[in-house]
Amino acid sequence: MKSKPRVRMPANAKAGEIIEVKTLISHEMESGQRKDANGKIIPRHILNRFTATFNGNEILSAEWHPAISANPYQAFSVRATETGVFVFSWFDDDGSVYRSEHTVTVS
Amino acid sequence: MDVRNGSKTRREILFAAAGLVAAAALPGQRASATTSEVDDLIKAIAGDRTIAEGKIAVDLPSIAENGLVVPLNFSVESPMSAGDYVRSVHIFADGNPNPQVATYSFTPLSPKAAAQLRIRLAKTQTVTVLAVMSNGDVYSAGQEVKVTIGGCGG
Repeated sequence: MKSKPRVRMPANAKAGEIIEVKTLISHEMESGQRKDANGKIIPRHILNRFTATFNGNEILSAEWHPAISANPYQAFSVRATETGVFVFSWFDDDGSVYRSEHTVTVS
Repeated sequence: MDVRNGSKTRREILFAAAGLVAAAALPGQRASATTSEVDDLIKAIAGDRTIAEGKIAVDLPSIAENGLVVPLNFSVESPMSAGDYVRSVHIFADGNPNPQVATYSFTPLSPKAAAQLRIRLAKTQTVTVLAVMSNGDVYSAGQEVKVTIGGCGG
């Protein structure tokens, strides 16, 4: 289930402005606790890590466990110091990485 | 003298029956973590540091109708400067099969040590938020959430 993450943030900001970022990604976040119809445990399959960078420098990161709800929603703050690129990445248990890039122009 | 003395009340019997059903539904699987497990996890992070109260604002519903999606907002008071910032925020749920929920790591590039997320809670329990500052100080805050429909298992 490859899905495109959805990120809401402004494209323009004043220098030093604090920007709120909202992110949403489709993912079942299978906890590894559930069972299928035959009573077999459905294996865990979650997004286990999220990172946010600005021009290559880490702003914040998160380790996620199965207690994160399906289709993880998140909101947090970043600061626009100069025109640059914010990169948000989600790391799947299966090794795949979902990436979303956003350029913010500082005036 | 209490006339019910020596016999279980109806409520107690119902609770015991519910417990048996729950146990039968989860053979070989842990229904929940324990508070001492959370204490051990906190100890692994805080070490011998004293854990202080304050600085952390946690926003959680006191009653969650659906344990699958419980909104959690946290915010830690800090100047978030190069010399004084919040290094990490750890979220624990002592009534979930796995008490770890999430760990957020911040840097001085983060303008605020805050985030909003959605978590799963298997049953009524206490959610603990632990914040570790750049100088090693540790703060903690907790809140009980009553869960009407559990959020783990099928």
